[in-house]
Amino acid sequence: MLRNTRLTTEYHHDLALFRSRPAQAAMIGLGIVYFIAPLWLGDFWTTVLIYAGIASVGALGLNLLTGFTGQASLGHAFFLGVGAYATAVFADRWSWPFPVWLVAAATLGGIIGGLVGPFALRLRGHYLVIVSLGLLFFGQHVFENWQSVTGGLTGTAVRAPVALGGVDVARLEIGGFRFTRNQGWFWFVWLAVIVLALAAKNIARGRPGRALQAIRDRDLAAEVIGVSLVHYKVGAFVVSSGYAACAGALYAAYARYLSPLDFGLFLSIQYVAMIIVGGVGSIAGSILGALFLTALPRLVESVSATLPFVAQTTGEPGITVANLNQALFGLLIVVFLVAEPLGLIEIWRRVKRYFTAWPFSY
Amino acid sequence: MTDFFQLLIAGLALGAIYALVCLGFVIIYRSTGVLNFAQGGFVVLGGYLTHQFSVVVELPFAVAVLLAVLIVALVGMLLERVALRPMIGRPVFATILVTLGLLYIIEQACTAIWGYDLLTLGDPWGVRTVSVGATAIKLLDLWTIGAAAVVLAAFFGFFRLSRIGVAMRAAALDPEAALAQGISPKVVHALSWAIAGAVAVLAGVLLAAGPRGVDLTLGPIAYRAFPAMILGGLESAEGAVLGGLAIGLTEVLTAGYLTPNAPWLGANFHVVMPYVVMVVVLVVRPYGLFGTAEVRRA
Repeated sequence: MLRNTRLTTEYHHDLALFRSRPAQAAMIGLGIVYFIAPLWLGDFWTTVLIYAGIASVGALGLNLLTGFTGQASLGHAFFLGVGAYATAVFADRWSWPFPVWLVAAATLGGIIGGLVGPFALRLRGHYLVIVSLGLLFFGQHVFENWQSVTGGLTGTAVRAPVALGGVDVARLEIGGFRFTRNQGWFWFVWLAVIVLALAAKNIARGRPGRALQAIRDRDLAAEVIGVSLVHYKVGAFVVSSGYAACAGALYAAYARYLSPLDFGLFLSIQYVAMIIVGGVGSIAGSILGALFLTALPRLVESVSATLPFVAQTTGEPGITVANLNQALFGLLIVVFLVAEPLGLIEIWRRVKRYFTAWPFSY
Repeated sequence: MTDFFQLLIAGLALGAIYALVCLGFVIIYRSTGVLNFAQGGFVVLGGYLTHQFSVVVELPFAVAVLLAVLIVALVGMLLERVALRPMIGRPVFATILVTLGLLYIIEQACTAIWGYDLLTLGDPWGVRTVSVGATAIKLLDLWTIGAAAVVLAAFFGFFRLSRIGVAMRAAALDPEAALAQGISPKVVHALSWAIAGAVAVLAGVLLAAGPRGVDLTLGPIAYRAFPAMILGGLESAEGAVLGGLAIGLTEVLTAGYLTPNAPWLGANFHVVMPYVVMVVVLVVRPYGLFGTAEVRRA
């Protein structure tokens, strides 16, 4: 029989990672999916899921900063770019081995985040958004003009092998069975997502998480009860930028090519959209949002062939697939914010509440 | 020295356009507390509509601009009603995101209708230069400065002298007191969006007329006007105008003097220079030059 642990009677219930048997069962189910998904999905959807995993890492970072600490930022793409170009230098040019370049890229992102963080102490709300926008444009200028590192607008190829002790993720071999690059990368990226999501969850559910949420809800009150704004605001920037740089590094290593145009305003907005659609201030929501927004354009592409008003070739009248995707993206943000401001995770919670209270669901 | 005067006029012309875009930001911000990222979308839409009426339908240029102003003002009111009104009382970032979503919808609607090509607005002012002493000045720049000055004067007159303008200022100053005096916040919000749409169209027309043409790259002008608005302080209309002129001058003078002398800064450094200026100002004055300092109380 399933024990009903819906009522929180003790403090440690609040902190528990998986509060009920069904949640534990669901985790085991997801664990099985993790192992068989790349064997069962085609190459195309495995690629989509790898990019979704990379986006999840970035979205986790942004959610810690925006969702938990309430510091709005449009500069997230800049930190992704920092991580990506750091990988181009550390792994490709200087040939550092695998875990070293990843950690170094994330650390560099964290350090730069720590330099930017103090601005948040002085600026709030709209002013902070515009300054983060300035950071983004400044970063793009650097990426476009620092030719020797970034290759300018022509971009740069990156070779960053993920191999440790003879095990190469791109050429995984278990018991004589060879896996493709995509399959290996799927397991690697989602392992990283699991580790980083657990780390984020641990930040969020413990003392630092409570401090960050106190700052989000009312920073003056938080200060009064003894939360150090300097410590936690700057800390949130460091961790968030570290996550973003880590996502950028993974992106560089997987995509093997970087263009400065990849790290523009649109990418920042996509990340913000991920946490909004997924669920602001929710760890699982960050991953849901990343999955949803990475898969959506591919879904639109695959169904657009059957839609009459979509132009299949350029020059034909009608809206192009790219246009439709961007417009849908805009519409999605507006609809979610107006109709479901707490995101997909809130829909899930509602469903869950309905069934846990059944047959008295009202 | 002649170079300097040429750059000065060009900078003031660019600054006048920034001032118009900023004014749109400030109107909406003051009365509704929303930072409207869709302002760039209004600029683009205004440009395309003017093209549609003046080049495709072949109406007189002034009529075409007027029609575009009316339509975009209506679009602004519609968006406020449908998307922004439910967002009242929500966090800052959420409302910003809604306006960004609207920006994408407007931009994609424009490309779906008008395509990606650069469209012309005709050449209502003539691509000519006049010579003052040894300095050659583009007539277009003078027209831009003149037209922007007229619009700005009309705008300030409206807010100082007309009943509705005063009501809008009252609502911006203290929404509850204004409500108690019978000023409808709904009307004020709708009007602010309409006016912001209208000035955005004028900025778009001034920017696109002559050799420039209309395409989607008109939109990012709005991002470049942000530093101007921040420089002036978010809620100050006078600040928006001064900030716009200062940023326009900064940009043109940077392109004219700094970039040739410091090539290591990169080819397009003048595009980011306004942001550098903005950050420096904000570090000293976190609420801009003319903004109100926020008082923190528990």
